[in-house]
Amino acid sequence: MQTSAIASHTLSVVVANKPGVLARIAHVFARRGFNIDSLVVSSSMEGNVSRMTITALGDPANLQQIIEQVKKLVDVIHCTDHTGEDVVVKEMALVKVHAGVAARTEVLQIADHFKAESVDMTETSMIIMAVGDSEKIEAMLKLLKKFKVVELCRTGKVVMARGEEPT
Amino acid sequence: MTKTSSNWDGAQMLVKSLEKEGVECMFGIPGGATIPIFDALVTTGTKIKFVLTRHEQAATHMADGYARATGKPAVVLVTSGPGATNTVTGILTAHMDSVPMIVLSGQAAAHMLGKDAFQEADIYGMTMPIIKHSYLIHDTNHIPRIVREAYHIATTGRPGPVLIDVPKNVSVAPFAGDPEAAMDLPGYDPTPAAPDPRLIQAIAGALQKARKPLLLLGHGAIIADACAAIRALAEKLHAPVTNTLLGKGSFPETHPLSLGMLGMHGTAYANKAMVEADLILNFGSRFDDRILGIPARFGRDAVKIHVDIDPAEIGKMIQPDIACVGDARMVAEALLKAVGKGDTADWLKRINAYKKEFPLHYRRTGGLKMQHVIEELFTLTGGKAIVATDVGQHQMWTAQYWKVDQRNNWLSSGGAGTMGFGLPAAIGAQFGRPKDLVISFSGDGGFQMTMADLATACNHKLPIKAIVLNNSYLGMVRQWQELFYDDRKSGVDLLGNPDFAKFAESYGALGLRIKRAADVRKVLTRALEYDKGPCVVDVHVHKEQNVFPMVPAGKALEDMIIEPRPRRGRPPARKK
Ligand SMILES: Cc1ncc(C[n+]2csc(CCOP(=O)(O)OP(=O)(O)O)c2C)c(N)n1
Ligand SMILES: [Mg+2]
Repeated sequence: MQTSAIASHTLSVVVANKPGVLARIAHVFARRGFNIDSLVVSSSMEGNVSRMTITALGDPANLQQIIEQVKKLVDVIHCTDHTGEDVVVKEMALVKVHAGVAARTEVLQIADHFKAESVDMTETSMIIMAVGDSEKIEAMLKLLKKFKVVELCRTGKVVMARGEEPT
Repeated sequence: MTKTSSNWDGAQMLVKSLEKEGVECMFGIPGGATIPIFDALVTTGTKIKFVLTRHEQAATHMADGYARATGKPAVVLVTSGPGATNTVTGILTAHMDSVPMIVLSGQAAAHMLGKDAFQEADIYGMTMPIIKHSYLIHDTNHIPRIVREAYHIATTGRPGPVLIDVPKNVSVAPFAGDPEAAMDLPGYDPTPAAPDPRLIQAIAGALQKARKPLLLLGHGAIIADACAAIRALAEKLHAPVTNTLLGKGSFPETHPLSLGMLGMHGTAYANKAMVEADLILNFGSRFDDRILGIPARFGRDAVKIHVDIDPAEIGKMIQPDIACVGDARMVAEALLKAVGKGDTADWLKRINAYKKEFPLHYRRTGGLKMQHVIEELFTLTGGKAIVATDVGQHQMWTAQYWKVDQRNNWLSSGGAGTMGFGLPAAIGAQFGRPKDLVISFSGDGGFQMTMADLATACNHKLPIKAIVLNNSYLGMVRQWQELFYDDRKSGVDLLGNPDFAKFAESYGALGLRIKRAADVRKVLTRALEYDKGPCVVDVHVHKEQNVFPMVPAGKALEDMIIEPRPRRGRPPARKK
């Protein structure tokens, strides 16, 4: 129908902690050709309720439909798109870099600049752990590319609304 | 060992819980994984009536027909593996058309799941995208809660099918839980909010301004029991009304304000009205692609108002100018109070001129026409019957010629378009409404998909009238091939059809045959008089009739073809 710009969206989905709920949500995205970029499932304050944070790339009109279809699922309590809202969005990354003694100082300098830390070190390698906005992690990765990045693992984004209101 | 209510097992608890919800009728076929449940039907002395069918798909359509005709859900009880997978088509059919249904499937024992156990099929996973909700029971003690939830989910909000998959160990284990356990559905609140008065004012204002308003009624209007309120509203506004295929019965089609069905094979005047209307007020239709033509050109100049219980329907196909999420009946009743009399004299004059100029018509000469048979039966019964259809040309002609005046008297697979639906749906409806006349119209193709269940109708002496409109073709597909593929017939010739009358007799049903237009009334009268069991009428109709009007796929409503083009240079008729 409408053509609108493809954009990245961050959704939070609060669900009753019942078997199959993740599969049902995944079906809704897959059916409409949306790729899920990242997905974090975690428990919430209440034991029987889980929280999912999903980032997906797609056009907003289609996404609105997906949100409605997800909300319709019996075990979904609510689903909100936080794109453009005042929210805290963070993720964590572990980066394994091929870095011997000679490179160590520079890698540590880079890590330090991004308030990341080294969590493992051998003769030939280091693991850097960074926490923060995706942009910050991207920027750090760009610098680390100079060394050989052996492995990268990112948690996916988690989101929380600012202020006293719950997300 | 005799079991009493104090030491029931899972299977018995399952049956008693269903009974407690008010389930009266169950259709299905047993198997290894469900023997305990079938045993519980005996040992609990339940009041639920169990109907053994010949195929699980037919069982689902029976439950579907029962629900459409009564408004109450029925249960389908099948075994694991192939028994369960045979219900998939029926689940889709019910889901697409918002029909409540509970499917109970047996399952291999829980400790065997994922190990390719005998007759293990992940029916829970398989049906996920085509079902309202589903359960795989892990604990016998959860049974009462799950049954309560399943019934509640199936029947409330926008209704739909719910599956409960029951591993064998769960049904044989002793029950030690709370039979009164409460539902636990934090994510499900189907209670419609009272309509927002400002929204009602906005809709009423738009209605009052409109000079060419048109009401569009879908299945939702029937499900919400909004028919009386909508009728009063239409009459107060003097607004014409059109309905979708599943909306048949939401507004009397014999009413002067009715335009009948719109869409791909709708009446010319309904489609013309839709094109010209300056306001479209939609109650409970999901703007299906079969009524839109080209979505971007649908109701371009009209104020579009969409009333639907399901928020996900708003803007899915058509972006409305006013969206109203809510119960159709509550909204119609509120609107009725908020509007004054409408001034639509010019509009109605125009529409009535269309009705005169482009009526539904066919010629009774030149071979026996399906329309003739449908119209004749309508006349003979005064339209007082529950009508089930199959899918194809006969379905569209029945929709055109059989005017439905009452809700729950029209059973047709709309969203899924499931061939094989008609006969079992009629059987299910007759179980639900034993005193009413039930007629099914099927094509020769679709009838053969589920006709084995004539046995079920015979066993229960159901006096259904199964009309087979036999054109020896998969007619609807042949029509498309003729019109859009230069008449290249491919895979549509039903060579090898049986003699349906003899087939009926072999089951002990009455088998009748019509070959000439002159015999239609006589034979149909005989069919109507017969009350000892089912009657099948094999009607040999003209083979190559096409359904018109027609909005070709991918064309806008205004591009509807009202009359067939004269045929030129057609190849010689095929030899049989
Ligand atoms: C289960 C299923 N298979 C295939 C189709 C596609 N289809 C739609 S109409 C039709 C022809 C139906 O033929 P028949 O039952 O003889 O009815 P007619 O159109 O001749 O009245 C077919 C094959 C379908 N709707 N459902
Ligand atoms: Mg046919």
